Amino acid sequence: MTQTPPAAPPVEVSGLSAGYPGVLALQGVDLRLSAGTITALVGANGSGKSTLFSALLGLRAPLAGTIRLHGKPPQQARRRNLVSYVPQHDTIDHTFPLTVAQMVMMGRIPHQGPTRRPRRADRAAVAEALEQVGLAELRRRTVGELSGGQRRRAFLARSLAQRAPLMLLDEPFAGVDRGSEELITATLHSLRDAGTTVLVSTHHLDSLTELADDVVLLHRRVLAAGPPSSVLTESTLAGAFGTVLADDDRADDRTAAPSGGEEAPWS
Amino acid sequence: MELIVEILAAPLQFAFMQNALAVAVVAAGVCGLLSCWLVLMGWSLMGEAVAHSILPGIVLAELLGVPMAAGAFVFGLLAVLLIGGISSTPVIKRDTSIGVVFTTLFALGLVLISRVPSQTHLQHILFGNVLGTSRTDLWQVLVLGLATAAVLLLARRDLTLLAFDRTYAHTVGLSTAGLSALLLVLLALTTVTSLQTLGIILVVAMLVIPGATGMLTCRTFGRMLMVSSGGAVFAAVSGVYLSYWLDLSTGGTIVLVQSTLFGLAYVFAPHKGMLARLARARRTAAAA
Repeated sequence: MTQTPPAAPPVEVSGLSAGYPGVLALQGVDLRLSAGTITALVGANGSGKSTLFSALLGLRAPLAGTIRLHGKPPQQARRRNLVSYVPQHDTIDHTFPLTVAQMVMMGRIPHQGPTRRPRRADRAAVAEALEQVGLAELRRRTVGELSGGQRRRAFLARSLAQRAPLMLLDEPFAGVDRGSEELITATLHSLRDAGTTVLVSTHHLDSLTELADDVVLLHRRVLAAGPPSSVLTESTLAGAFGTVLADDDRADDRTAAPSGGEEAPWS
Repeated sequence: MELIVEILAAPLQFAFMQNALAVAVVAAGVCGLLSCWLVLMGWSLMGEAVAHSILPGIVLAELLGVPMAAGAFVFGLLAVLLIGGISSTPVIKRDTSIGVVFTTLFALGLVLISRVPSQTHLQHILFGNVLGTSRTDLWQVLVLGLATAAVLLLARRDLTLLAFDRTYAHTVGLSTAGLSALLLVLLALTTVTSLQTLGIILVVAMLVIPGATGMLTCRTFGRMLMVSSGGAVFAAVSGVYLSYWLDLSTGGTIVLVQSTLFGLAYVFAPHKGMLARLARARRTAAAA
């Protein structure tokens, strides 16, 4: 009996430690995603979510362990357009002279020749992506002229136009309005149904069951992983957000503010 | 009408004026292009640093009998490497590192000039000497300037993504370190190209003001490139003519014309200009 060898999983992380020696943001993390699924990465501020994304993108070298994206190290995976990324923070310059359509066109760089001259296929992909996130009519606005939720959708459109088989999204629901949240969720579902693998970090626990096929609960280590119903139990959540939260949060996230004890971390 | 033709044509009967005009136009055009990325990346100070740092390179090049541009380019790169090296120590911030490196290299240049018997006038290096452009200088500027402009335009989309969103540039497989290095090399080349026209002190003006003018007037980057380089070329042409007829410093006049363009844009630019902002504020106040 012949069997086609199973394709390499979209994300395979084993024994990953990252951070600085003595201040480990991640310690012995194992993670394996199956193709065509949505996995939610859940954890408090300082749990290592951003560090994990940096490591997956090859922005930060692991102290130990290996990362494979579709069987390739991150560096090669990026060059072969195997991974796309939707950033969390609005760190972009709001005065940058760039229209929404031009920004989304940047997602086409892996498909273009050395001078990145847009071809018909590129224009079509950009138009389709803008349509999908409901920004077709705003495509001539500059990026700075969008609302927060619209801008998040524009970044999503850029990754859609990139058409990579794995998409990482860092807190796409933080600070967006209800309409944008629903639109982003629907877009991720249709991406998954078309075979794309999605890893999305989020604080929004209430809509997780709706959003994700799998949940990974992170606090420097993987505390629990599996379908939402089995992971989102009181005791595992207490482990991620309650008791463990009390100890140091300094280990991670240059960007994350040190979280106070009183505030619910998922609010 | 005849008077205008006379004003424009008369200076051009002199070869030195033809050379001056050509050199100034090419230098300003390249500065205007590069300026857009420097302004968006927040690298204005870097432009200043590279310009000042090439002084010892010019003196040494003359001493060794190699082309001035080569010496200048080597020291421009040396400055960039030193700045990057020193600011990679966690204690020293980047602007501090820039301040240390370029003043040191500039001082080294001054000391060298005081000891090395030289044909080059410090005055000309510092403030430019576009009316003294030789045939060789002209060719050097044309080749370097056009090559720099060509590379900038070919790599423009990648450079713009680098300036806009570094992490995403990395994600789509671009080498952000490589692109930054490319931009710095082009900065060094542009400085060398502009030396004859503007001199070490004023180069930074044309590396910053055209892009800033473009930022005020344009909504898209393509427009900004056109306004920035177009405005810089206009400043160069009018600067050369004004300085001829009124007997003014050419480099200084070019920069003042460019500054005037900036001032006009600051006040009158649609959307982002001062008047447009005031009108908007008044409308908002009236509506409230």
